[in-house]
Amino acid sequence: MGEAHLIASGRRPGYDPGAKDGPVHVRQNPTFSFAKRRINTVHAIASSAQTPVIDARGVARRFGASWVLRGVTLQASAGETVGLLGVNGSGKSTLLRILSTLIKPHAGSATVCGYDVARDPEEVRSCVGYLGHTPGLYDDLTARENLQFAAAMFGTDAREIDRILERVTLSGAADQRVRGFSSGMQRRLAIARLMLVRPRVLLLDEPYSNLDTAGIALMNSLISEWAKSGVASLVVLHELAPAAGILDRTVTIVEGRIASEENLSAAQAPSLVVIR
Amino acid sequence: MTGGLSHDWRRARAIAWKDLTSERRSKAGFNSVVALAVTILVMFGFALGPDAQAIRDAAPGAIWLAVLFAGVLAFNRSYQVELDGGALEQLILYPGSRRAIFAGKLLANFAFVSLMLVVVVAVGVILFQVHIPAAWPALLGILFLGAVGLVTLGTFYAAMASRSRAREVLLPLLLFPMLVPVLLAAMEATKGLLGGDAMGDAGNWARLLIAFDVVFFVATFLAFESVIEV
Repeated sequence: MGEAHLIASGRRPGYDPGAKDGPVHVRQNPTFSFAKRRINTVHAIASSAQTPVIDARGVARRFGASWVLRGVTLQASAGETVGLLGVNGSGKSTLLRILSTLIKPHAGSATVCGYDVARDPEEVRSCVGYLGHTPGLYDDLTARENLQFAAAMFGTDAREIDRILERVTLSGAADQRVRGFSSGMQRRLAIARLMLVRPRVLLLDEPYSNLDTAGIALMNSLISEWAKSGVASLVVLHELAPAAGILDRTVTIVEGRIASEENLSAAQAPSLVVIR
Repeated sequence: MTGGLSHDWRRARAIAWKDLTSERRSKAGFNSVVALAVTILVMFGFALGPDAQAIRDAAPGAIWLAVLFAGVLAFNRSYQVELDGGALEQLILYPGSRRAIFAGKLLANFAFVSLMLVVVVAVGVILFQVHIPAAWPALLGILFLGAVGLVTLGTFYAAMASRSRAREVLLPLLLFPMLVPVLLAAMEATKGLLGGDAMGDAGNWARLLIAFDVVFFVATFLAFESVIEV
């Protein structure tokens, strides 16, 4: 898999990645510029390990006058699990939101499953599973009804719901309204919603927040299972520890730029200490 | 997985079911909306005094204004449910056309406003001593057409305002000017039918109302995708 690298050769009016804090470790790529986007949408489904299912090139995004992402280039191939690290406000979640089609990039381009996120958002959405900061559940529906609604929206089989609820240990609360759920239970239900679909790309924004040790173990086992079945995952993390052993690679984002990248193996990954 | 029209229709029904089930359980929206509508009618009744004819003449305007103000609360609430738990992001990330979201919200809001209209008209008929006309099916048709126009524009502009922190203020500012032709046509047609329609004006107003409904329905349906963008 090609290494992640930053391309900052392009310029747009008002966009100057190096203006605020000087140059960072940037690898120039003369073949790419924001002015000349030459990304062709690949309509064939990318399935080989060599073909990236996530392919972001020079992605930049501003909110108002402030550039939050300043030209991020990142690829991930099928079955790969990549951890995105960085402090609050570094641009990790913004990158995930662009890749999920929630927001559009102001510069650069990105393809997911071979589809351009700006031009073919419907196709991208049909192959992506997204878990955001908030669980996105309906308080006045029961856990089962929330999943029934999600199944109807995904167009998937609702008969799986009981099995999924058992897997996330919410069988006992299946017919209770979500309003009475703890944050951890809501998180588990949001994870259960992801299990309703068979996405080819998973975009997980701080998936371990509000989870206890059993919840973290569940999340990790699911990510590992998905990776074995060829699902590429981008996992936004504040700290590496909960995801130890499941990441193939970490990419650290600092102030909207990729600052470093590290390949991990199980032997190198820090061990997770579980305190009971 | 996107599956075309049949899948979008299924998604629209799922959204409508979800909204109506949430509302049926919480009852917060319906109770407050109906309370506001009835209060407006009562206030109108007091303001108009004991003149029976003046009260009857004002009935169509009072009823439609009560429905308008109460409807704004309902439209705001239909997106508030999505914003509360961060569900709007998830909703717009489901595969398929985002117009299904609009269709689903339309169905739910139409059912909600129709139920409110039943209560408001019943209270209005009693308070304003309105005689039910012989052409009551035509009156039902006008109420239906007026509700379609109100709900179409209300659902659309509520989606637009939902992205703003000042949505409660923004929605009436956006919605009221656009609703003037619909409300005017609905009010005049209702007035004509309740007054016996001696001049035969109700039909003309009804045709105008149909034209507004069609134009607004098509325009909002086409524009919704760009409105719901984050």
